[in-house]
Amino acid sequence: MSNKKTPLSTWTRRDVLKASAASTAIAGAPMFFSRHAYGADFLNNPGDGKTVTLGFNVPQSGAYADEGADELRAFELAVEHLNGGGDGGMLNTMQPGNLKGNGILGKKVEYVTGDTQTKSDAARASAKRMIEKDGVVMVSGGSSSGVAIAVQGLCQEAGIIFMAGLTHSNDTTGKDKKANGFRHFFNGYMSGAALGPVLEKAYGKDRRAYHLTADYTWGWTQEQSIQASTENIGWTTEQKVLTPVGAGDFSQYITPILNSDADTLILNHYGKDMINSLTQAVQFGLRDKSVNGKDFQIIVPLYSRLMAQGAAENVKGIYGSTNWHWSLQDEGSKAFVKSFGAKFGNPPSQAAHTCYVQTLLYADAAERAGTFEPCQIAKALEGHKFDGMGNGPTEYRAEDHQCFKDVLVVKGKENPSSQFDLLEIVEVTPRAQVEYAPDHEMFAGGDLGSCNNGA
Amino acid sequence: MNKSSGLSDWVLFFGFAAVVLTMPLWLAPFGAAYPDLMQKFAIFGVFAIGFNILFGLTGYLSFGHAAFLGAGSYAAIWSYKALTMNVVPAILFAVIVAGIFAFLIGYVSLRRSGIYFSILTLAFAQMSYNLAYSVLTPITNGETGLQLTLADPRVLDAMVGIEATSSLPLPNFFGIITTGIPGFYFCATVLIIAFFISLRIARSPFGMMLKAIKSNQTRMAYTGFNTRPYLLWAFVISGMYAGLAGGLMAVTDPLAGAERMQWTASGEVVLMTILGGAGTLVGPVIGAAVIKYFENIFSAFNKAELQQIFSALPDGLENIVVSVASMFVGKGWHLTLGLLFMIVVIFLPGGIMEGVRRIGRLMGIGKKPETQPVSVANSQQGQANG
Repeated sequence: MSNKKTPLSTWTRRDVLKASAASTAIAGAPMFFSRHAYGADFLNNPGDGKTVTLGFNVPQSGAYADEGADELRAFELAVEHLNGGGDGGMLNTMQPGNLKGNGILGKKVEYVTGDTQTKSDAARASAKRMIEKDGVVMVSGGSSSGVAIAVQGLCQEAGIIFMAGLTHSNDTTGKDKKANGFRHFFNGYMSGAALGPVLEKAYGKDRRAYHLTADYTWGWTQEQSIQASTENIGWTTEQKVLTPVGAGDFSQYITPILNSDADTLILNHYGKDMINSLTQAVQFGLRDKSVNGKDFQIIVPLYSRLMAQGAAENVKGIYGSTNWHWSLQDEGSKAFVKSFGAKFGNPPSQAAHTCYVQTLLYADAAERAGTFEPCQIAKALEGHKFDGMGNGPTEYRAEDHQCFKDVLVVKGKENPSSQFDLLEIVEVTPRAQVEYAPDHEMFAGGDLGSCNNGA
Repeated sequence: MNKSSGLSDWVLFFGFAAVVLTMPLWLAPFGAAYPDLMQKFAIFGVFAIGFNILFGLTGYLSFGHAAFLGAGSYAAIWSYKALTMNVVPAILFAVIVAGIFAFLIGYVSLRRSGIYFSILTLAFAQMSYNLAYSVLTPITNGETGLQLTLADPRVLDAMVGIEATSSLPLPNFFGIITTGIPGFYFCATVLIIAFFISLRIARSPFGMMLKAIKSNQTRMAYTGFNTRPYLLWAFVISGMYAGLAGGLMAVTDPLAGAERMQWTASGEVVLMTILGGAGTLVGPVIGAAVIKYFENIFSAFNKAELQQIFSALPDGLENIVVSVASMFVGKGWHLTLGLLFMIVVIFLPGGIMEGVRRIGRLMGIGKKPETQPVSVANSQQGQANG
């Protein structure tokens, strides 16, 4: 470094700084130039390798851990089917289907997993590990829209395809949409649009709603969507209260409802939060109450069977919407439920379904594009129309990378026949009713940007 | 100026710098030589070094340092949004905001000592977390986290004609993008500078005063010293280090979330410092690296990988070993960390550094260069660790 012959103890601070800057530059220089020296035209190109790696980033701890565990099972099953194992599941029902059970583009599929902890920081750290260390070509997962949006942004910057798992916020394909991100799951707006007419039929035009809302992007946008659609049928909104995610105890939020003028509680909660708040609301006697001569009602706009299982008795008669339910009788759903049940001993949840479908859709797009290059895959997914995946005819809209399909309105079953048979399908709301323009005010303010290959 | 430190400090410093800068080489066998994790090592190293200035030197245990980390991150992101994507203003801004924040909290909290001080800092940090999480959402964007958007003003960038067109701009150091490997070298350089400053502080009369406060504050007061200003400065410097770490987090990844302020994050830095060796110079950095390694590598193991590792064993035995081992990896990584922490605290109250020193003593003169001066400098730590 320095060729001065002075003893160390007479070094000035300036010398030290110079020396350390020089050594930094020397040590760092090769890395600056080698960053793009992978010799590939896109990041993590599997090249001539025999395998390709996918990254599954799900919450394994926190309020959404149950959903995360089920998502992980679905990913495992999807990889098994892609590699030709098991009974093939939806590979046989997918239309158009290009998957032959020989991996993706002839490469065997391997996967790595990570724990998002339902925290943006941890999720991004985990996704970065997958991208930088494990060399994944695609990241999937979710279960919290905050996390999904954070990871989607990361994948956009890095140049990797993000196939969103369970994320229901309007922002994922609205304000925060990204060219490298794709969502199969439905969203808050669709829930509102589907629930509105059903609620009008069941509870009339004159109700006062009280919202308890999870305090983050999903809660905010779902509250906005439900408020818009309920006010559309003549309801008024009494009050909207934000609650922290993972609060555990919601009694302090439920007591004020008892003293309010509201006759309907809308729970914009999910996962363990919904289980806790619904159970407490029932324990506090909300459902036995009558206000203004009307029976008090509770609505859970985003429902899942896992939550219904957790809340047990309390879900009976409660309305909500869902992306998919295992009791559907189309070929795709039947095949998926059969192979999932055979492997894990219980029917899949909607979170599992969307993750499974997303993995297959990615693989199919890669087959059609003939490459793992993110921009080519994005092109193959944009405007892609498919069927046989459990939701009827579905389209990946090119303008915002959101899937459009029918939405299910469900209700807690009064007389369940098994521990899994907890929800009954009230109505299959057709796609036309839940569709919106890409520049709808609830989705405005974002920009897909251009797709990124990462190299 | 270096009379009191002598040659051994320079050996320590250059040894440290060499070890940090060669991380990509020697971490590779551990599967940890990827940019994000190495950045984390450096960033949390800075955080732990700063925490050690307060806890290691004065013995004041703050349970709220994550508040400064989070404040630094938010400040840096706002600098990106409002001014420029250059990281230098972002870091300066982060350090200054954290410093002011630390001054306010320290001024109140340092009126008490011991457990009351710890509880006060914990309360302030939790307060900051809740503010960031739900009250101040216009500034912090709550749970979703503060992120860059295409529509941000970026006044300085706009003045020199840099405009984001179709994709979000990335943070840069005068044109060098600070994510990935360059980001690691940036953080590593900051870590080395931060280490140098902490070395100078520990060796200075000011550092001596802090150590005197730790050994007996009452006696200090009797001899006529007012200890409060010294403590407050130590607290502010330590808070600025935390802000620097928060700023660096924003340098390598332009996003800030409220969870950085949560009490678990404050607890983590306490664990890092104790695990590595409170009061030692290098210990906290080692502790930070160990914890981040566990969090990122152990948590990523899944059953399939375990089965691969133990595939040499006979089938029945393999299943048993895999199911036992899977309790300690994946989502069970906290369990492994907890066990390690207990073992260290019970058998090596001085942290990993004490272990290194014991091995050094066993082997006589054949000590590693960077451990030697530490053992000279810290003869009496371990008292405060109980």
